[in-house]
Amino acid sequence: MTYDLIVVGGGPAGLAAALKASEEGLENILIIERDYMLGGILNQCIHNGFGLHKFKEELTGPEYSQKYIEKLKDSSIEVITETMVMKVTEDREVHVLNEKDGFRVLKAKSIILAMGCRERTRGAINIAGGRPAGVFTAGTAQRFINLEGYLPGKEVVILGSGDIGLIMARRMTLEGAKVKGVFELMPYSNGLTRNIVQCLEDYDIPLKLSHTILSVHGKERLEGVTVAKVDENLKPIEGTQEYIKCDTLLLSVGLIPENELSNVCGIEMDRRTKGPIVTESRETTKSGIFACGNVLHVHDLVDYVSEEAEIAAKGAMEYIKNGKSESGYTLTKAGQGITYVVPQKIKKCESEDKIKMYMRVDKVYSDAKIKVYSNGNEIFSKSFERLMPGEMASLNLNMKNIQECDTEEIVFEVEVL
Amino acid sequence: MYDVSIIGAGVVGCAIARELAKYDIKVCVVEKDGDVSNGTSKANSGIVHGGYDSAPNTLKAKLCVKGNEMFKQLDNELKFGFKKCGSYVLGFDENDHKEILKLYEKGTENKVRNISVVEKEFILANEPNVNPDVHSALFCGSAGIISPFEFTIALAENAADNGVEFILETPVTGIEKTEEGYKIKSNDKEILTKYVINSAGLFSDKIAKMAGMNNFEITPRKGEYLLFDKEIGSMAKSVLFQTPKEGSKGILVTPTIHGNLMVGPNATYVDDKEDLDTTKSGLAEVGENAKKTMPELDMSKIITQYAGLRSSMESYDFIIEETEKGFVNLIGIDSPGLTSSPAIALYVKDILLDSGMELKEKVNFISHRTPYIRMDRMSNEEINELIEQDKSFGKIVCRCESISEGEILDVLRRSIPVNSVDGIKRRARVTSGRCQGGFCTPRVMEIMSRELKMDMLDINKGNKGSYILADKTKTPKGGKM
Repeated sequence: MTYDLIVVGGGPAGLAAALKASEEGLENILIIERDYMLGGILNQCIHNGFGLHKFKEELTGPEYSQKYIEKLKDSSIEVITETMVMKVTEDREVHVLNEKDGFRVLKAKSIILAMGCRERTRGAINIAGGRPAGVFTAGTAQRFINLEGYLPGKEVVILGSGDIGLIMARRMTLEGAKVKGVFELMPYSNGLTRNIVQCLEDYDIPLKLSHTILSVHGKERLEGVTVAKVDENLKPIEGTQEYIKCDTLLLSVGLIPENELSNVCGIEMDRRTKGPIVTESRETTKSGIFACGNVLHVHDLVDYVSEEAEIAAKGAMEYIKNGKSESGYTLTKAGQGITYVVPQKIKKCESEDKIKMYMRVDKVYSDAKIKVYSNGNEIFSKSFERLMPGEMASLNLNMKNIQECDTEEIVFEVEVL
Repeated sequence: MYDVSIIGAGVVGCAIARELAKYDIKVCVVEKDGDVSNGTSKANSGIVHGGYDSAPNTLKAKLCVKGNEMFKQLDNELKFGFKKCGSYVLGFDENDHKEILKLYEKGTENKVRNISVVEKEFILANEPNVNPDVHSALFCGSAGIISPFEFTIALAENAADNGVEFILETPVTGIEKTEEGYKIKSNDKEILTKYVINSAGLFSDKIAKMAGMNNFEITPRKGEYLLFDKEIGSMAKSVLFQTPKEGSKGILVTPTIHGNLMVGPNATYVDDKEDLDTTKSGLAEVGENAKKTMPELDMSKIITQYAGLRSSMESYDFIIEETEKGFVNLIGIDSPGLTSSPAIALYVKDILLDSGMELKEKVNFISHRTPYIRMDRMSNEEINELIEQDKSFGKIVCRCESISEGEILDVLRRSIPVNSVDGIKRRARVTSGRCQGGFCTPRVMEIMSRELKMDMLDINKGNKGSYILADKTKTPKGGKM
């Protein structure tokens, strides 16, 4: 049997994609999940703040995913859990492995990749020193506390002010640990403002911007870290070193889309997002294979993940109906002040639609505009009171604007007023 | 009473243990740490050297060349994984070329097989990612790669399968001469033995001193390494050395037996024999030097970094001798110690024979070891057969390397007990992939807790004291976790 749609990953992106396709009338949908339950990383995100945009209410992570899981029960979507996808081929074969059926090859008319992301590790950021126990990524510590019921340590230093790091600063404090500070390399935080207020300021946890960890100390268990201030080139400033005693170091230093399957499949990647290059319908460079959620680019709000998943679902359905698109593309480029733009390609076709473009900026801007240029001519612009790398910016681009200029490439730039 | 007690379960101690396991004598290995291969043997380059750079007519030259020749047979028996991928010593100018010719002469004198001086075109045809400024190289077809800890573990497991006792977590605190031999003292034990073999690596000088032999001194030399993602593992097909300068072998770039790319080591003398800290400057030095060999090396693909210590001495050659009756010292076993280890074991056996020990071959010696189950080396049909027999092979625990629960259980049920996450890591590779245990550490711990009946709070990353979890979370009143 050939499935109409196989969704790889049963986290927020995969759930929303499968449900959208089902609601729109697609049958024979399969979700493959590696964990024993659906929900993905939301299962360990027991704090609130999810769903403000999507459901206009404040939910916890499990509550957010439960809304989808409930709907799933009324659908005909097939779900297999505790199943590892070993490979996805460009002919849309999905190689899976599980306890029940061993190794199998499944076939699909369309595939949506929704594998999510993983955390950057100590190795990836090259912190020198010993290799004692007690150095965790923030997400691993979160899993230990929220799902397993164990406290990783009692005196904590956090490197990186990403949202998980901020959330974990509060969580560990509530569990009785002493969080000695959150240290951020950049002169600004990468986390959401509301998290800085609710997770650090409310608990008197210091946030030290322009700081880094030079070395970790300890042979068996972590004993302390050496921190230092950095200059504008992010180089440690001599004489600012400080030793901080701690038994735990949490790293919240960024997330990386988990694209091993995409790479093996031969899908072309964007070096900046570390996710696949996609069209406005979230189709990758392999036809019939789509991607959405954090495997495509790292989002700061799950609400946007769900939104993007629905776009991919519609794209997959259209592909099943009309087959491979033969139209040309307009490329979207990140110019001055922009680090990346998704989607990276827009189909050249007759349409009245608006396309929502997502992007991130390279630093903090106040009173700025994001402008879109084609051959040097401005075709669109939107004002922002504040733009920051930690918060994704979006704008609705009129398809007409693009068609009228019939260009190979449009460029997005930040302009300070 | 033991006939032979080996102090130190590194590669040298374990190679000797496995060699002596062939004979009808009572042998034990005494190790301070909780696992074998926990010192120098776990953090080195993992190269089976050709033997061309050792000074002719030294033990190093003789034992390295002989050891190299033993690896194929050993791998057939112990299945630790050995790849004869060859090596190049790369030269970038005329001066390097002169050094390469000298190395070739030395290699010929050391009777190294399959060496030749090759030109730029040959190098770039076989190793397209090497710096195009390369001038010439010494190629050695007999060099290869192994995982140093898997090799050591394989030797230990096979020795244990053949009756050698491994006494772990037992630091030696004193050694006394007795009428029949020696008494080895630890915190709560005393071990009586006819012979002592001191293969304590970095601490071999300290062990010798305990027995009253004061004229040895180890000066540890640190080497730092960077390990890269498998994604770029095929950038090097062979071991790529640079032409040695001023006593240093230079930074090497090599594939690992598991398909990663590894670069290192630098060489820094340190005072502390437990100083395994990497340094910012050292890692930068390693990275920069590696780029000379491979300019396109992508530093964003580093997944981890680590340091190892060489057990060096001021004098050049290995010291392997029965210093006093019944006390065999192996001191200063630095590079090429890993390559030499099987030949060192034979050499030590001969020392024991010369000393009057009677070695009668065991009739029931088990020469072969069942390798660890590796699903990544199996066909889909083989995988399905395996899962049919045991469902736990269908449960993937490590996402990055696709390692199943069955593979973890397999390493936990061997003759050398494993009780740390790092112990499992070195055997089954879990937590060694690109997420470095972010996802799988909790699951590995659950399996350990269940299988070894350990409390989660008692599970260590490595040695005693390296606990992973500090406490349980607060339990709501009236509720339970």
